Amino acid sequence: MTAQDIFDILKVKFSDALTEKKFDTVQPWVRIAPNKTKEICFFLRDDSAMQFDYLSCLSGMDYNNGTFGVVYHLTSIVHKHKIVLKTFCTKDNMHIQSVSAVWGTANWHEREAFDLYGIIFDEHPDLRRLLMPDDWEGHPLRKDYKVQEFYHGMKVPS
Amino acid sequence: MGLLDQRFENGNVFITSLDGLLNWARLSSLWQMQFGLACCAIEMMAASASNFDIMRFGVIPRATPRQVDVMFVAGTVTIKMASRIKRLYDQMSEPRYVISMGSCATCGGPYWEHGYHVLKGVDRVIPVDVYIPGCPPRPEALLEGIMKLQEKVRKESIVKKRA
Repeated sequence: MTAQDIFDILKVKFSDALTEKKFDTVQPWVRIAPNKTKEICFFLRDDSAMQFDYLSCLSGMDYNNGTFGVVYHLTSIVHKHKIVLKTFCTKDNMHIQSVSAVWGTANWHEREAFDLYGIIFDEHPDLRRLLMPDDWEGHPLRKDYKVQEFYHGMKVPS
Repeated sequence: MGLLDQRFENGNVFITSLDGLLNWARLSSLWQMQFGLACCAIEMMAASASNFDIMRFGVIPRATPRQVDVMFVAGTVTIKMASRIKRLYDQMSEPRYVISMGSCATCGGPYWEHGYHVLKGVDRVIPVDVYIPGCPPRPEALLEGIMKLQEKVRKESIVKKRA
């Protein structure tokens, strides 16, 4: 199935949640609402025509204008088709629905995005930091990140 | 005693200073704490293998801080790991030594400027005796580092306090 076909099927079921699309790129993408990700992903995984059984990648994003986002790269091993989903949130409201119930892979990917960008994944079973220490200040991959001077008495910057 | 075997006419008395004897014993059995943290650890393993054979210096890798004399910090010390290194160093019994192997452990290496997660030199948490440059250093460089440490041990004295 092409991205257009996937979009057409999604449009019928989730017309309110799809707000933007771009198909003339290397990886065609569809923008979905941050509070509908779980529902849409369950459909994409379980529908017999879709069968997106593999979450290739889940990335956090900082667009440097107060907007943050998550990008999902989905692959169907059965049908050999792909789609990219994007969802956005703002710095004041960093909440995005978790998809870790859909793909187990998403569990640690979302923890990483939380750790490095501060995106809060609602309904995540265990949203702790993954890479940085638990009591670290700030989220290092944010564009406006300033590293802390000391951590437990150790000087951090050079 | 292959070197000394049947070289002496009679008797088995040697004269040396106590410092000389103790230091000779200590520098010939520098047991090593394994602390492989990144790619430098691969070179450390190569140094243990037959081509370089680190054991001819009496360096035996141990996995516990309580049985060792020297800690090889081989690789990138992240800030998360730094507190663990400090704790393990505190568990080593004295006299104890630290060899900082490679650029990362010595000064942060390629993470010097932008690495928010890397400690800029393990000497910020524990004292270091020998620094080995390289990214990663070849096993020969590690062997030279051990020889430098042996020189240091040879000059020590139980009479004078260590600085």
